[in-house]
Amino acid sequence: MALILDLAAQGAQMLLVLALAPLLLGFTRKVKARLLMRQGPPLLQPYRDLLRLTRKEVVLADNASWLFRAAPYMIFAATWVAAALVPSFAAGLTFSWAADVIAIIALLGSARMFLALVGMDVGTSFGGLGASREMMFASLAEPAMMMIVFTVALVAGSTQLSTIAEFMLTHGSLRVSLGLALAGLIIVTLAENSRIPVDNPATHLELTMVHEAMVLEYSGRHLAVIEMAAALKLLLYLSLIACIFLPWGIAAPGASPAAYAAGLVAYLAKLTAGAFLMVLFETSIAKMRIFRVPEFLGAALMLGLLGTLLLFVSRSF
Amino acid sequence: MGKFALDLAHMLAGGLVLVSFMLLYQDRMSGLLRVFALHAVVLSASVAWQAYAQGAPHLYITAAIALVLKAIIIPLALDRMVVRLGVHRSIDAVGGIGPTMLLGIGLVALSMTVMLRAAADADPLAREDLAFALSVVLLGMLMMVTRRNAVSQVVGFMSLENGLILAATGARGMPLVVEISVAFSVLIAFIVIGVFLFRIRERFDTVDVGALDEYRGGNQ
Repeated sequence: MALILDLAAQGAQMLLVLALAPLLLGFTRKVKARLLMRQGPPLLQPYRDLLRLTRKEVVLADNASWLFRAAPYMIFAATWVAAALVPSFAAGLTFSWAADVIAIIALLGSARMFLALVGMDVGTSFGGLGASREMMFASLAEPAMMMIVFTVALVAGSTQLSTIAEFMLTHGSLRVSLGLALAGLIIVTLAENSRIPVDNPATHLELTMVHEAMVLEYSGRHLAVIEMAAALKLLLYLSLIACIFLPWGIAAPGASPAAYAAGLVAYLAKLTAGAFLMVLFETSIAKMRIFRVPEFLGAALMLGLLGTLLLFVSRSF
Repeated sequence: MGKFALDLAHMLAGGLVLVSFMLLYQDRMSGLLRVFALHAVVLSASVAWQAYAQGAPHLYITAAIALVLKAIIIPLALDRMVVRLGVHRSIDAVGGIGPTMLLGIGLVALSMTVMLRAAADADPLAREDLAFALSVVLLGMLMMVTRRNAVSQVVGFMSLENGLILAATGARGMPLVVEISVAFSVLIAFIVIGVFLFRIRERFDTVDVGALDEYRGGNQ
């Protein structure tokens, strides 16, 4: 019986991330439009876009390989599994013990590898350009992410997200290393989700786009799946920040349904606040030149390194 | 002293090191001056918290001096100065932000290693404060070495002095008289440097200290 309940909670989490991801995207677009004094698309527009895309015919290039058709599903699957592993409304769900945060990064890394491969698959120059830029960013963002994870793991004594969340709830306090890790993680989040200072998610201007350039050849249900994966990734990163740095309200393993409901409310509030702050930051800053991005991501790497270094000071009392 | 007091002191001092890194990262002149003002604000918050935690009311005066002098007066004066020198839009060539940042990290690691050994039997608050203060001082020196624009070098010097104030608050028993006189000697130094900057500009038509190299004796 307990097993069934655990599985049900895990299933609810998997469906929840799937249901929330487009809404989060719609929310960011709406807030952004309102901040720019525009009306903006309705909140549910991403769902309609996705539905419309699934109904549309798939147009494939003549020289597209099997990889081109298979990759969207692999990208989506890897991202979904990763998103299901990050504690959202409850910690310690059944699957969360199967993989730690390093495995989550690896899942996202493999999704990125497929995306870069299919960017080059058809052989258009845009795809190749997008893939090469994506890899350039990734080669800087991933070490930064690893350093941040090491900092947090050294503080909490574990790389398991559920354990980290529990540690932060019980022993959490102002630690300078954690502050640095948070700042670094925010930078990585912006870069990984192609948000504004690094890439513009709304643009189709060829000179600047990175993520859009890679998926330019996709249409129909393939595009729908890839867009869904991108939305899931944004949700994943916001959940990751919420789970590590703001774990308040998260339900403990095996809690009552009421605790789960409270956790859900807290989770939604954290997501809303996180998305709002992200959009506020985006509207107040201009996109940077592509050659400035390595410096921006280098700052995240530096924050991670510094966080680990300063840990040895704060360890010593 | 509670754990929270220590954590907050640690956080603020660590924040000062972080803002020092922001100074190193920032290559635009107007942005640099804003970050410098932030540096002083963080310093003053850190000193004020130390005053509360140590129960040393005279440190509040140090915090107030830091806030008024270094977060308001000096940045405003520098701002006017760069506008008059016509360098407020200039971008200071740093010679690669990446290597400078890595050097900075190395310096922080060095000061941690040195201070944690040298002050091993001091109380934790003072020891960590000294470690952070030494990092800020070294980062200020690094900034003076890597920048070519004389105004950025002045900012580097001032941030170095902020590190000294942090060290002075961490070590108990620093008399108030000394702190006040240090604060005012920095103000005097600032005025002298300001005059000097205009003299350099008058003489060489630039505040790029690279121009001074030509007047050095010997072969380059």
